[in-house]
Amino acid sequence: MIYAILRRLGQMLFVMFGISVLVFLIFFATPGADPAARIAGRNASPEVLEAVRHSFGFDRPLPVQYVLMMKKIFITGDLTSFVNRGWKVVPAVLDAIPVTLSLVTGAAILWVVLSIFIGLVAAAWRDTWIDRGLMALGLLGISMPVYWLGEVMNLLSQSRYHDTWLFSWVPPLGYKALSEDPKGWFLTLVIPWVTLAILYIGIYGRVLRAALIEAMQEDYIRTARAKGLSESRILLRHALRTSLIAFVTLFGLDFGALVGGSALLTEVVFGLQGIGKLTYDALQSLDLPMIMATVMYASMFVVIANAIVDMVYILLDPRVKTA
Amino acid sequence: MILSVRDLTVTFRTEEGPVRAIDGVSFDVAEGEILGVVGESGSGKTVSLLAVMGLITDPNAIIGGSIRYRGTELVGLPARALRKLRGAEIAMIFQDPMTALTPVYTIGWQIAEQIRAHQKISARAAMDRAEELLAEVNFPNPREALSRYPHQLSGGMRQRAVIAMALSCNPALLVADEPTTALDVTVQAGILDLVRRLRDRHGSAVVFITHDMGVVSELADRVMVMYAGRIVEKGARSELFGDPLHPYTRALMGSIPPLTGERPRRLPAIPGSPPSLLRLPQGCSFAPRCPVRFEACEARPALPAGARAAACFRVEEFQS
Repeated sequence: MIYAILRRLGQMLFVMFGISVLVFLIFFATPGADPAARIAGRNASPEVLEAVRHSFGFDRPLPVQYVLMMKKIFITGDLTSFVNRGWKVVPAVLDAIPVTLSLVTGAAILWVVLSIFIGLVAAAWRDTWIDRGLMALGLLGISMPVYWLGEVMNLLSQSRYHDTWLFSWVPPLGYKALSEDPKGWFLTLVIPWVTLAILYIGIYGRVLRAALIEAMQEDYIRTARAKGLSESRILLRHALRTSLIAFVTLFGLDFGALVGGSALLTEVVFGLQGIGKLTYDALQSLDLPMIMATVMYASMFVVIANAIVDMVYILLDPRVKTA
Repeated sequence: MILSVRDLTVTFRTEEGPVRAIDGVSFDVAEGEILGVVGESGSGKTVSLLAVMGLITDPNAIIGGSIRYRGTELVGLPARALRKLRGAEIAMIFQDPMTALTPVYTIGWQIAEQIRAHQKISARAAMDRAEELLAEVNFPNPREALSRYPHQLSGGMRQRAVIAMALSCNPALLVADEPTTALDVTVQAGILDLVRRLRDRHGSAVVFITHDMGVVSELADRVMVMYAGRIVEKGARSELFGDPLHPYTRALMGSIPPLTGERPRRLPAIPGSPPSLLRLPQGCSFAPRCPVRFEACEARPALPAGARAAACFRVEEFQS
């Protein structure tokens, strides 16, 4: 068990190393482009260009450049954005992480709990109006684009109905740190959580329902019935456990991607300065050091999320252990 | 009689119209006896016993007739009452041990789960009982096997675990649906031996479904042969094997390789294939494949009452 986890961690480091090399090569070794000019930004003076060239080691071989870059991101943490006039990249990323993590984790808890509930109810009352109603709602949730839904939520809670009893508790847009103002943190995030979660509740509810219905056709479900177990026990203990495998796979991918910046639209709509927003702004201004740092960070989260999923697999399905 | 089935019909609604998978099947099982049910795939042997267990969950299935277990009518019995019998008094062993156990729980957990579904005992006591059961079905190391997952066991061992589970509440009736079909021949013999020994020890009645005439001739006290959803012949084992009456039974016997003497170059096979249940012949459903059919077979032969009977118009001619 411990060996399997250590091996998984080793693989994780290897994958992250591969990603960092790839990202580095794309940005810094693309033929015909001068990375120094791109880092320095438009209309940079020759002195700045020279400083950039020296600081990033562009006058030295590629492997040295790579090591310098990694040192700037991970060890000294002094990677500097020239486009934004000396803005330190690493602290900016570190500031954005709690915002995105708060947003995505809260939404994830919501969507996991609700979609498991919906999937179970729909599968238990399969082909009845309850099932059809829930699946139609799910489809509706999937069909609503998050930027539209977010704007509608804002319109309702921030302006149109803000002064009614329904939404008077909603604070203005923006992020409040959990450590400083827990109540404010919670209240500002409730609507973003719901908005982000709705799409995933729809998807996961449908996926789980399909997996449950498939599992209910298995031979071991017939055995469970022959044992004289109740239908609810069969569904919860025998079908759900095996159905969660597909669910967890999907969750690892989605959670990693969202934490890595895919929550951009939600962040923009609700004025949250998270990783997605940071990456988006960096891309707008071609801020290479910032892009490099956020891409590294995002890949790290995707890889970590997948490693966690693999470990959950071991807990869910004993067959994985020996494989 | 522990089990009395009368005029059992199972009809499935399909897009091409109703399909009668079981058509008027009646049989009895006495306490402590082993009844062999033989037939090709699709003959209805499994469906009829699933109906007895109340395990036909297809919403398009319509079950008719009467199934009495020790006097209690099972057809139309509320799910809760049926659940109390299932697993406790009537247990079932399935064909494929590879898929019959939930892959994510240990053997011990799954056996203890069944015990605790029917008896108010502690988890600890249920585990001890599971260990005894595994020892009873000849697990070499029962204590260790408790914490094994199904995928860590061989097919034969899994089937033993399934049997141990089925026996956990000392059922009065055990339904075994081709429990040896998916296993190696050497393992088969062990399982058959186990079923027979358990019957002797616990006095449970056993309904043994198989398509293997060899297995039936070894194990069963009484045999019933099914074809296209009906019983075509029934009788005590010695009668049925010594003097098969129905041409279908005779054809099945013909396809067993002889143990002594010269082996035929090719085993005789029954020509044709079983009829589609959607388009059953008007008369005797075996007639299209029957070597001795004549005009009368345009009508449907009934199965006469009595312990020894065959549904064929030419029975008298064959009786020796």
